[in-house]
Amino acid sequence: MQKIKEKIIEFILRATALITILTTIGIIWVLLSESLVFFKEVSIIDFLTDTQWTPLFANKHFGILPLISGTILTTIIAISVSLPIGLTIAIYLSEYAPKKLKKFIKPLLEILAAVPTVVYGFFALMVVTPFLQKLIPEMAGFNSLSAGIVMGIMIIPFISSLSEDALSAVPKSLREASYGMGATKLQTSFKVMIPAASSGIIVSVILAFSRAIGETMIVAIAAGQQPRLTLNPLVPVETITAYIVQVSLGDVQHDSLEYRTIFAAGITLFVFTFILNNISFWIRKKFREEYD
Amino acid sequence: MKYKLEAKNIDVFYGKLKALNNINIGITENAVTGLIGPSGCGKSTFLRLFNRMNDYIDSFKLNGDIYIDNTNIYDKSVLVDELRKNVGMVFQKPNPFPKSIFDNVAYGLKIQGINDKAFIKTRVKDALKQAALWEEVKDDLGKSALALSGGQQQRVCIARALAVEPSIILMDEPTSALDPIATAKVEKLILTLKEKYTIIIVTHNMQQAGRISDYTAFFYMGDLIEFDKTDTIFTNPKMERTENYITGRFG
Ligand SMILES: Nc1ncnc2c1ncn2[C@@H]1O[C@H](COP(=O)(O)OP(=O)(O)O)[C@@H](O)[C@H]1O
Ligand SMILES: [Mg+2]
Repeated sequence: MQKIKEKIIEFILRATALITILTTIGIIWVLLSESLVFFKEVSIIDFLTDTQWTPLFANKHFGILPLISGTILTTIIAISVSLPIGLTIAIYLSEYAPKKLKKFIKPLLEILAAVPTVVYGFFALMVVTPFLQKLIPEMAGFNSLSAGIVMGIMIIPFISSLSEDALSAVPKSLREASYGMGATKLQTSFKVMIPAASSGIIVSVILAFSRAIGETMIVAIAAGQQPRLTLNPLVPVETITAYIVQVSLGDVQHDSLEYRTIFAAGITLFVFTFILNNISFWIRKKFREEYD
Repeated sequence: MKYKLEAKNIDVFYGKLKALNNINIGITENAVTGLIGPSGCGKSTFLRLFNRMNDYIDSFKLNGDIYIDNTNIYDKSVLVDELRKNVGMVFQKPNPFPKSIFDNVAYGLKIQGINDKAFIKTRVKDALKQAALWEEVKDDLGKSALALSGGQQQRVCIARALAVEPSIILMDEPTSALDPIATAKVEKLILTLKEKYTIIIVTHNMQQAGRISDYTAFFYMGDLIEFDKTDTIFTNPKMERTENYITGRFG
């Protein structure tokens, strides 16, 4: 009886793993095959070098660069907000805060990542943008700055939580060694703890990058839907994800070239996150060797 | 006689647990003082009083006074960071930073805000020489300290402590993680260091205390049972407990 039970459980576990793998393969398959059809009609050179993205207009251009620039711009703004804040929180929690406070604050912060992103999107559009417009009057109603800042707030816990884990995982003996030399807490944090936890911190930042690149709702709502090759944070832009939403929800005919642009955009996004994941995997592997 | 360090009426508590019980001791300058006793008797707790390393433990509470050069180091006016520049520490397990050998030894100088490269270089070299490591590493100071053997790592840690020229060095079982050859090297080193430094060393190895310490304090369950010249403790102890311990009848 016991044996049969174990067999069943083992089967379920295996089936679950298989479903996950099959889903992933399915997604990649659809992305690849649809993009292949797309790239039969649009040269990959144009796709990568043309500076305009206007598949839905009469004068069609299929340059992905404006979408990439929109994505990178919002992502970099988000990281410039979340990295300093997240790292400061991580250092505070691991080096300064009493244990009880830490136990209380960490889950509280993680709520930030659990708020539905549509709420953040409207917050960016209705609160942050009007506020920033008072300071910068020439700012457009849709812009990458508000979207980036709010997205940065959302991903703070990715950086603060994982970096805090990395800092806490540094052997206590290193902290003692530093204090024993007469170093202050601040010196110990920056000269010993952060360097020793650097791989974990970098992994947390990469994860935050992935999250920001893949974020859809906030940018679709607050950053606008105008593909534009620019680094100006005050004007409307469009990210890869926002474009995919726009086309998926719009009345573009399925099985048309216009429709297949979303797969080309999708595979671009996939390449980005795939590279980031591999970098973080590689760093984690290296990190483990270091401490063995 | 004037002592370099003095502990007066020391009681230590960890929450409800009383870890040290009315300890009084005077420690002589430029000598090695060994702290011995069975595991858990309070040796490390006592040692870490002298550089205030117990301050980070939430439940830690101290009664009594510790004097270094006649200054009460638990006085409010004492800056802990400054105190530790004068009182170096070497830990049980070698704990070099994941940095180069050079950066490890230079660490204390750098955090003091010293930027003079030539000066730092000289100090690092001197410290490594004093730690009897210079000849072994002089050609790869840029190598990660973690790539060294355990014994070499511990000597890096000793050099790191020496580089800021403290007057006192605390050592908490510095050879317990080392093999016999590395242990012999570190012991020999300690004997040369006492010319310049006052050394307090915790050891659970009585032979080691016999070999290197001038004075020996025997702790038992938070009490200081006996404190005397090492020769006296080993050949003519006054207390039966001490005799039982050093002859290996318990502990
Ligand atoms: N951080 C701590 N919190 C609570 N109790 C502690 C702590 N450190 C040590 N103790 C207790 O204090 C006593 C003395 O410990 P310690 O000084 O480490 O002894 P030794 O170094 O002689 O082995 C032991 O009973 C130990 O359990
Ligand atoms: Mg101990």
